[in-house]
Amino acid sequence: MVDLLASFRHATLPAHAEAFRDEVQDFLRANLDPAPADQRSRSWMGFDADFSRRLARRGWVGVTLPKAYGGAELDAFCRFVLVEELLCAGAPVAAHWIADRQSGPLILRYGTEAQRRHHLPRICAAQAFFCIGMSEPGAGSDLASVNSRATRTPEGWRLNGRKLWTTHAHHAHYMIALVRTSGQPGDHHKGLSQLIVDLSLPGVQVRPIRDLTGDSHFNEVLFEDVHLGEDALVGSEGQGWGQVTAELAFERSGPERLYSSIVLLELWVDWLRRHGDGSHAEAVGRFATELAALRQLSISVTARLACGDSPVVEAALVKDLGTEFEQAIPAVLEAALGDPGAEIDGQLVRTLAYVSQVAPTFSLRGGTREILRGMIARGLGLR
Amino acid sequence: MFAEAIETILHDHCTPAAVRHIEGGGSPLPLWQALEHAGFLELLAPEDHGGAGIQLPDLRPVLEQFGRHAMPVPAAQAIVARALLPPGSAPDGLLTLAPRLTRLADGGLACPRVPYGQMAAHVLGADAEGWVLLDASSAERSEGDIPGLQAASLRWVDHAAVVQSGPGRAAELESLGAALHAALITGALGRAFEMTLQHCNDRVQFGRSLGQFQAVQHQLAVMAEHIAAASSATQVAFSGAGVSPHPMAAAMAKARTSAAAAVVAATAHGLHGAIGVTADHDLQLHTRRLHAWRMAHGSESFWHRRIGAAVLASNQPLSRFVHEI
Repeated sequence: MVDLLASFRHATLPAHAEAFRDEVQDFLRANLDPAPADQRSRSWMGFDADFSRRLARRGWVGVTLPKAYGGAELDAFCRFVLVEELLCAGAPVAAHWIADRQSGPLILRYGTEAQRRHHLPRICAAQAFFCIGMSEPGAGSDLASVNSRATRTPEGWRLNGRKLWTTHAHHAHYMIALVRTSGQPGDHHKGLSQLIVDLSLPGVQVRPIRDLTGDSHFNEVLFEDVHLGEDALVGSEGQGWGQVTAELAFERSGPERLYSSIVLLELWVDWLRRHGDGSHAEAVGRFATELAALRQLSISVTARLACGDSPVVEAALVKDLGTEFEQAIPAVLEAALGDPGAEIDGQLVRTLAYVSQVAPTFSLRGGTREILRGMIARGLGLR
Repeated sequence: MFAEAIETILHDHCTPAAVRHIEGGGSPLPLWQALEHAGFLELLAPEDHGGAGIQLPDLRPVLEQFGRHAMPVPAAQAIVARALLPPGSAPDGLLTLAPRLTRLADGGLACPRVPYGQMAAHVLGADAEGWVLLDASSAERSEGDIPGLQAASLRWVDHAAVVQSGPGRAAELESLGAALHAALITGALGRAFEMTLQHCNDRVQFGRSLGQFQAVQHQLAVMAEHIAAASSATQVAFSGAGVSPHPMAAAMAKARTSAAAAVVAATAHGLHGAIGVTADHDLQLHTRRLHAWRMAHGSESFWHRRIGAAVLASNQPLSRFVHEI
């Protein structure tokens, strides 16, 4: 058996995580304001600071962070359940999402004690929102070509450069930016570091970019002689690439890579039920089957994270397969709902239009399909 | 422990040469008897009836090994049939499962496209009225519907061929038939993939191994994804205690493995080139089975319709339906 495939071992959510699911559902019933499906389908792109603070008051932002820093200190399985319930409900989680999923765990793992004490309690209180500064105009999939540069000053760092496609930078308080701190752009993985940038500092300019749906979720962020303290550096200087790679295992493995189209799918299933339309049972069954298998794979990766492993390639595999599932939903629904005479309510049409339009981003964000497939192939042991 | 023991037996008795010999009409008995004497046909039978009394999680790796070795006899079917029959009542000889039993208006019985129906001595089938064990030697058998794989449609003019019968069992037979094929497919997928990976590492064109080409790498990645998903669906179907899989988990396992079978078989051949479609190359032993097993006991379309109807008939969200499998 190929090692990569053998590493997906059957795992189930432990009883405590399933019990936690009931708590999450109770919370959502009480705290999630009703919203039309096209709005709910934005889910982890939906920004609502109030909702994030309500969740934080319940203790569920920074769920996996230690209690000493204000976290809930729940395990990876509980996080899986929380994320699954939030996404299936279409909760607007974008405000705290990046900090909860990536920035918080990154600071916990690589940050100094002072950085942890400064940032983590505010993340857990949904007072500090983070964004991730990776892509640049000349560095998309070829992330190691980043050109933004921080140079040493007596007080810390001076940052110049430009980040692009930075999701929710216009709402975030901080960016964790991957920048060059030594060497030349041609040095690729060497000489990169991660810096925590306070986006309120002079010299930072955030320009929202409107997307094809009319939303403005991503941004261009310019740095012009931004002065940062010594404590902006998170982790080791020059080790940014390794840190980013580990971070991406968190980004890629979660249920958010399965559920981007779930609100739309549920809406359609509900519509088929109301109309007594059984003619699409095969497509419904296919989606249920694919989701069940994907969810198993995701739980299996979660079990590895819970043991402290960093299953980077496995996470890439689940993400690639997951985004294909997410993209198939609007594609199949457009074909299924194309009968000119069908009575389709506006809600379903609007939700389908939104998901169809953003669906291409599912296999771009967090690593494109081509990058992921390259990683998987290397993980298979090709010589 | 069973998986390691079976691997040794299959390594000795279920070689590509033995598979070709049986497919060509040679006797299946040496392989069958090797499995029988080692106790592998009684894996699911209770211990107080001389069986091993194992449960589904331990059975899965054994069936996957059958799949990896291009099993040419109804060994998986016999293990399941012996568990479904009353303890101690299984007939001697080759025993298989009928995916569908039809009681004809003229009093006859029919079992279409029975895996290994050409070689089986007995067939176990079930419908809403109950189960019947049929003597296959008195059946009219279609011939060579799927060359080499000895599937056949069987038909009996009356009930004289019924050796035993009883109530119930239709739902269990359906789920077990689907689940066992999911495991066989999972094993065959793994083997076809390993052969393809090896070929891509070894074969050089344009001065580079095939695996160095990005277009090839991406095809291998897609194969791996399908196999991972198929394998996880199979693991779920075999995760419960006892000997009867959760019907929806078995349905999903058969659907997901069958969908993967089509992709993996096609890509394996695409990457092997012409050598892969020769009779002499072992890849075809596995890909022909992937196609036949995809269709046996319900293809993905069949099961997707069934699963989708269950989702639509339930009153809970699809995601909740899936969580509860």
